[in-house]
Amino acid sequence: MAYSKELIDHYEKPRNVGSLDKESKEVGTGLVGAPACGDVMKLQIKVDEKGVIEDAKFKTFGCGSAIASSSLITEWVKGKNIDDANKIKNTEIAKHLALPPVKIHCSVLAEDAIKAAISDYKKKNST
Amino acid sequence: MIVAGKVYLDYQATTPMDPRVLESMLPYFNDRFGNPHSRNHFFGWEAEEATEIAREHVAKIINASPKEIVFTSGATESNNLAIKGVANFYGDKKNHIITCVTEHKCVLESCRYLNENQNFDITYLPVNQDGLIDLKKLKESFRENTLMVSIMGVHNEIGVIQPLQEIGSLCRENNVFFHTDCAQAIGKIPLDVNKMNIDLMSISGHKIYGPKGVGALFVRRKPRVRIKTIMSGGGQERGMRSGTLSPALCAGLGEACRISFNEMAQENKRLEMLKERLMNGINSVCKDVYLNGSEDKRIPGNLNLSFAYVEGESLMMGIKDLAVSSGSACTSASLEPSYVLRALGVEEELAHTSLRIGLGRFTTEKDVDKAVENIVKEVVRLRALSPLWEMAQEGIDISKIEWAEH
Repeated sequence: MAYSKELIDHYEKPRNVGSLDKESKEVGTGLVGAPACGDVMKLQIKVDEKGVIEDAKFKTFGCGSAIASSSLITEWVKGKNIDDANKIKNTEIAKHLALPPVKIHCSVLAEDAIKAAISDYKKKNST
Repeated sequence: MIVAGKVYLDYQATTPMDPRVLESMLPYFNDRFGNPHSRNHFFGWEAEEATEIAREHVAKIINASPKEIVFTSGATESNNLAIKGVANFYGDKKNHIITCVTEHKCVLESCRYLNENQNFDITYLPVNQDGLIDLKKLKESFRENTLMVSIMGVHNEIGVIQPLQEIGSLCRENNVFFHTDCAQAIGKIPLDVNKMNIDLMSISGHKIYGPKGVGALFVRRKPRVRIKTIMSGGGQERGMRSGTLSPALCAGLGEACRISFNEMAQENKRLEMLKERLMNGINSVCKDVYLNGSEDKRIPGNLNLSFAYVEGESLMMGIKDLAVSSGSACTSASLEPSYVLRALGVEEELAHTSLRIGLGRFTTEKDVDKAVENIVKEVVRLRALSPLWEMAQEGIDISKIEWAEH
């Protein structure tokens, strides 16, 4: 299977790898996927008082496409308002990385991960 | 063996040809082009001489008579011919076959075909965690109408050695034919069709440093095993497999058997050493690496390893200078972990982290060192990327988390 340059670049040099303090009120955490299915993504965002994502970190257990999808989405959401970040579609990720059809689910997982992180942040800050 | 900067470590998929094998084949592509079945001139005779010498070499490595060797196109055909051939001949008297869940697809599919089309009952024996069958379960599976047992010698994915001799004597006691797929066993373990009471054995050329496109089937003569051919034609190979033999391919298979027979003991010693070097190299840096299948009942040239918390396909992508096989089979379209590892009871999440590393005749210490270096580097890098590894280090029990399976 031949992968695109963008995909390999993100796989070999993943951006924003790491973890944020999951207890912090400014941080939202999304953990999606399942080990038994072969992919798990943890995506965290740090949001400022204006609702802008000032930092994003990820860790992913999964194939190269899953790693690249999560790396890419952390780059995209940084500096975005959470409502705009919530609108990112998996198809944009799949297109950017030229994911082969059997790997589309990786981009779906990345979309789920950012949505889960935003919803966690909102829940923490709803009161 | 390094070709264009890539290290070949997939000896269960196929092996490079031994240069001596190629040498033995070349004349039959050139001036010795005769048809071995041409009985009335020199060209035919010299071609036939080649196929008959080859037949002797194949017979010798399993302690059979040359008259019991049928050349085929490979182990897939041999397995089909053995299972369907015996079933077709005896099927109206006995119609039950015992095999095992981890057998090669061509055995399982042949059995399924007989079940769906010819009213055969198939018993699929489970395997223990070490990948071996339980002899007690085999014993309990024999019925009045059991025709044949088909269990492979050495496993292609996990390298474990089944207790052939014990299976053979159980089959003989029960008056049941014993077929064994020995594509991965020939030249790796000592085989003796008489001592092991084997009635039919499948052999492949390209797993033993011979050419692709040739194999053999051993069919016992005393007591005689009858098979109904699945190929109609000129009745070559004593009526069991019609079609003109390729003297070049037969000579290659014969030479590959001759070399393997002479060098097996020495080669196994060397592979054992390389295997230790590989395992120690990996284990000295990485913890939580698990060997799939029995630790002692295995050939040294196969290591099926699970690297916990690192997904197998991403690992393969990282070690791009190493040709290994993904144990998880996720590179195929199925995205399902290997049916073999699942049968061993390997947890799905661990099955997703498996690699099959195959060592062989042309693997050097330098190859192994390069493999260790690349694998260790990638495992460390990918674990730093892995949320599961992070959780494990924090003492979180991953199995207790409610994952949303997708």
